[in-house]
Amino acid sequence: MAECHPVAFRWVSQAKLQGAKLIHVDPRFTRTSALADIHAPVRAGSDIAFLGGMINHVINSERWNTEPFFKEYVVNYTNAATIINAEFKDTEDLDGLFSGLGEYKEGAWGLNGFVGQYDNKTWQYEAAPVGDQGRTANTGQSGEQPVESGQPGAEPAPAPPGPPYDPLIQAMPRPTPNRDPSLQDPRCVFQILKKHYSRYTPEMVERVTGCPRDRFVQVAETLLQNSGPDRTSAFCYAVAWTQHTTGVQMIGAAALLQLLLGNIGRPGGGVMALRGHATIQGSTDIPTLYHSIHGYMPHPTALKKHNSVAEYLQTETLPKGFWSGMPKFFVSYLKSMYGDAATPQNDFGFAWHPRIAGDHSHMPMMLAMSEGRVKGMFAMGQNPAVGGQNAGFQRKALAKLEWLVVKDNFETETAAFWRTSPEVKNGQLKMEEIQTEVFLFPSAQVAEMDGSYTNTQRLVKWHHKAVDPPGDCRSDPWFTYHLGKRLKAMYAGSTAPRDQGFLNLVWNFEPNPEEVADSRIKDEPSVYAMMREINGFQTATGEHLKAIGDIKDDGSTTCASWIYCGVYPEEGRLLAASREPDPDPLPGANLNWGYSWPSNRRVIYNRASARPDGQPWSERKKWIWWDPTKGDPAKNEKGKWVGYDVPDFPPAKAPDTPADPNGIGMAAHSGTDPFILKADGKGWLFTPTGLVDGPLPTHYEPVETPVKNPLYSQQNNPVYKNWAREGNEIAPPEDPSYPYVLSTYRLTEHHLSGVMSRWLPWLAELQPELFAEISPELAEEKEINNTDMIRIITPRGEIQAKALVTPRLQPLMVADKTIHHVGLPWHWGYQGLVTGAVVNDLSSLIGDPNVSMHEGKSFVCNVEKA
Amino acid sequence: MAQTAQGTPATPAASTPSGETSFPAGTPIIVEGTPALGGSPMPGGSPPPPGTPVGAMIGTPAALETPAENTAAFPAAVPFDAVPMGFYTDTTVCIGCKACEVACKEWNGLSSYNGGVNVLSGDSYDNTRHLDGQHWRHVKFIEQFDNTNQGRQGRWLMMSDVCKHCVQAGCMDVCPTGAIIRTEFDTVVIQSDVCNGCRACIGACPFGVIEINPTNNTAMKCTLCYDRMQAGLTPACAQACPTASIQFGAIDDLKQSAQQRLEQLQSLGETRAQLYGADDKIVGGLNSFYLLVDEPEVYGLPASPQLPSRNVPTSGLMSTAGAVAMGVLGLVGLRKRRMDQFAAERAGTGQRDEEVTGD
Repeated sequence: MAECHPVAFRWVSQAKLQGAKLIHVDPRFTRTSALADIHAPVRAGSDIAFLGGMINHVINSERWNTEPFFKEYVVNYTNAATIINAEFKDTEDLDGLFSGLGEYKEGAWGLNGFVGQYDNKTWQYEAAPVGDQGRTANTGQSGEQPVESGQPGAEPAPAPPGPPYDPLIQAMPRPTPNRDPSLQDPRCVFQILKKHYSRYTPEMVERVTGCPRDRFVQVAETLLQNSGPDRTSAFCYAVAWTQHTTGVQMIGAAALLQLLLGNIGRPGGGVMALRGHATIQGSTDIPTLYHSIHGYMPHPTALKKHNSVAEYLQTETLPKGFWSGMPKFFVSYLKSMYGDAATPQNDFGFAWHPRIAGDHSHMPMMLAMSEGRVKGMFAMGQNPAVGGQNAGFQRKALAKLEWLVVKDNFETETAAFWRTSPEVKNGQLKMEEIQTEVFLFPSAQVAEMDGSYTNTQRLVKWHHKAVDPPGDCRSDPWFTYHLGKRLKAMYAGSTAPRDQGFLNLVWNFEPNPEEVADSRIKDEPSVYAMMREINGFQTATGEHLKAIGDIKDDGSTTCASWIYCGVYPEEGRLLAASREPDPDPLPGANLNWGYSWPSNRRVIYNRASARPDGQPWSERKKWIWWDPTKGDPAKNEKGKWVGYDVPDFPPAKAPDTPADPNGIGMAAHSGTDPFILKADGKGWLFTPTGLVDGPLPTHYEPVETPVKNPLYSQQNNPVYKNWAREGNEIAPPEDPSYPYVLSTYRLTEHHLSGVMSRWLPWLAELQPELFAEISPELAEEKEINNTDMIRIITPRGEIQAKALVTPRLQPLMVADKTIHHVGLPWHWGYQGLVTGAVVNDLSSLIGDPNVSMHEGKSFVCNVEKA
Repeated sequence: MAQTAQGTPATPAASTPSGETSFPAGTPIIVEGTPALGGSPMPGGSPPPPGTPVGAMIGTPAALETPAENTAAFPAAVPFDAVPMGFYTDTTVCIGCKACEVACKEWNGLSSYNGGVNVLSGDSYDNTRHLDGQHWRHVKFIEQFDNTNQGRQGRWLMMSDVCKHCVQAGCMDVCPTGAIIRTEFDTVVIQSDVCNGCRACIGACPFGVIEINPTNNTAMKCTLCYDRMQAGLTPACAQACPTASIQFGAIDDLKQSAQQRLEQLQSLGETRAQLYGADDKIVGGLNSFYLLVDEPEVYGLPASPQLPSRNVPTSGLMSTAGAVAMGVLGLVGLRKRRMDQFAAERAGTGQRDEEVTGD
């Protein structure tokens, strides 16, 4: 965190000054470790063994079993008591597999890449089978596979048309799961997970991760002692934690542990993702992702029953909990897309909306490009020639494009692939044969435009332009808006059905004379108009929507992203721009500093910050609580939720409110169900649906690894994504040719592929050359001296770097073998002021099965003196 | 004092627009359950009162600042009070990010080694190596590791180094042109337009801070952002430091918070924690002083730095004695061999000292 997020680390430093303990778990001793109270070294990719060990330690500890807080939290607020399907088989029963594994068959798209596929029927709650808990089964989560929804085997009744869509929601099955609050039933979640992690002992943790067992126990105990009614602990991770074929499950394991410790929904708790660069959170809220539309609604797909709005809603809506509002969010989204052209009569233009047909994430798109299936590409603030995995493969794919637009600060490696790439230099690509037409557009910088950032805690913050960009440099909104306008002019008059969606797309962010009064660039589109569309407005009057509760399902409201509704409640009052801190002594919510979606709630699921009876768990950690004196008798209210934060709960729902078994939406939840986005209102220790690789995090080895899985016969994730291609060869486990574990990472001094740092003398001189960090032990073994040039070799490629021999890297004993790590920062390339080999020439195109994230944090290599 | 120890000048307490809810200090903000979202949009929930603004009950300012109003919020350019000012660098929270190095260069317009095309040093993450005429801030990295039966254990110490702005400044003593001055903030500044590049100050600095800047060929070093201080602005490095390792303020205030932090660390068992330059033992005191967790030498700081002027009183005395002796000799004559020998010794010593101190 200190290494990659030095500014956010300010708050860690402040906490440390107040006595907070900082623990750092990392293969290397980094700038974060330097400030940590405990550094626990682990082998890259062994994280679930470490976290599973902590889970096992916690639930068998005296404190967890005697301090009543933990059981009270876990029984009431998580699905620990829920009974699971009798057919479920755990990894302890099947030696590393869950029940339901089958073969995967590629569909027409051909680039989904799964090596196997689970049918998750047996993972479901006993009384609430597939389709009732989450989206749907199997790989349907990303729309990559055709799947059924609703009761397995039974064709759901035809969706009643709307609007209104309430009858559709009312018609959906809503069984109540069976629970055993004593947690004794062998089929309840708690007993299943207890057995699942029973072999994750300190000895096993040491054997798998290489972390000395005493150090591991010290970490687990520190965390346990610092959790409870009057203390909370937080997990922070940089997104490299996701860069594994088990990445989603690693984060899931942290969440599971935090739920067991009662650290979710409470101040100072949680699992915090420190995103890779600015407003990456925003880019998933209003997504550049292929599989979801604004506000985390699933992208319409050709592979599911999505032939009408009603069918889409029937397939995707959860009838219980907050997501039951999806008809309102979705119809208002369609209104933001197609405006007046979207009417109830034409199903709000749903037929115009693009559909996905498989995994269209970055790696499959580059593979499709390599097959000549992609004609053009926009690279805006992205540099896949350096940042892409198996970058040499990706550069060769670029040569198959007809056209490539790069909008960036400098001529990046991607823009220059046709003239300076290693492939051109070594003859694999011939410059005269590359037909790709490359357009390079100069980009404005962030200080040269108005706009918003959404940072990791969902905090939307406005930034104001400081100065006009120089010359022809333009903002991304300018470029995209004017491109859209020109394309619309080109398509005007087309009667082709496929063009009607684009022709009807609302595209009206015309410059506002007031906003551009002081600017040289008079045709800069209005980002305030964009915010207004995101926030939403009354379709007829244009009046801004004030809150999510205003959103309607009949087209009378327009709202691009329901989760942002309320950020701009009226003209001239953009809450993202507010900057008013709380007075001292800080209660800490700072509700008038920026705007945190949804509805300015700073701690999500904060009902869990109070006891089931509504009173704070402790004075020290009080956040919101039930005040029986604040109810409005006229509305028959028994009280109100009050506190420092905006309650993430119906404001007058009493703690003793029972769940209505026939209710829909929030009525289906009781007054003690904090997790309002979940159908059952509980935090999920066990994930019955939504993940394609298992309901409980399980240690699998990275795909490339020098050891056999010490825990199971199953070596690696049984359903990971592998795009086997020439040029993307994978080393088998324990390959003696590649004995060392390789991790790639970033340095404080540079940013990503270096486009914002390697061109700048002040930053370039701080880290001028590519280096490979190795331990003194490995250096001695390979007779390498500090700053010697060495070769690093993987099945995909070979690069050269200077050796940086440092005790901050250390060999670890794993499964009776000494394992060496090689660390490579990946900021360098063949363009810019300071240059160096492209580290991603070494990495591979394989991925996590849930989100298609690569495994750049753990693969294998060899090193030799050059 | 108008400065805080947090690296930023204190700004007036945030004022609340009139007519808006304000919270007296010390009062927890109680937020009513707002219907903002609460008023669940789904069937079965209670409907929100129509048109209730989300911020109505949470004290949101009604008037949102426009960009123009924002700029008005910048503090006016008022210089700091003319009292001793400086840096307190708490090395225990330094994360080695080098933001100070870059912010310093940006503000002061300094060049980089070979236009940025530098060479990997192989010395931890330090590639700029030392303070000099174009590096007025420099972050040191010290790796201390041992193999134990509990695995490898150790520390990675980081420290942002800078000119110490000594109370007794050797550089100033030796400058033949008067280019080096002491400011109203008790800091030490080289005036480039008066410097003739003679290099005397380079040798006179016991900390190796000063070097010739290759762009203008004069001796340069940290000015403690004299220009910014004259406008009431925090020096660039302290402003950029994300963890408040570099703290700027009035020396008296800084010493107080440093002492508190020292006691906190010692109570947590960090027995090696010590302040360097916070009292007058180091060349009369340093206006840029440090909190260290090891001996000064570990950080490349001299335990007892000596100024060249330390020799001035002795050598002056010796010179006088020598001159007197010579006079006596002249009177008494050259026949007394022992007297001859004695006089020669004294005269020699005096001459050598004169060269060194440039008197």
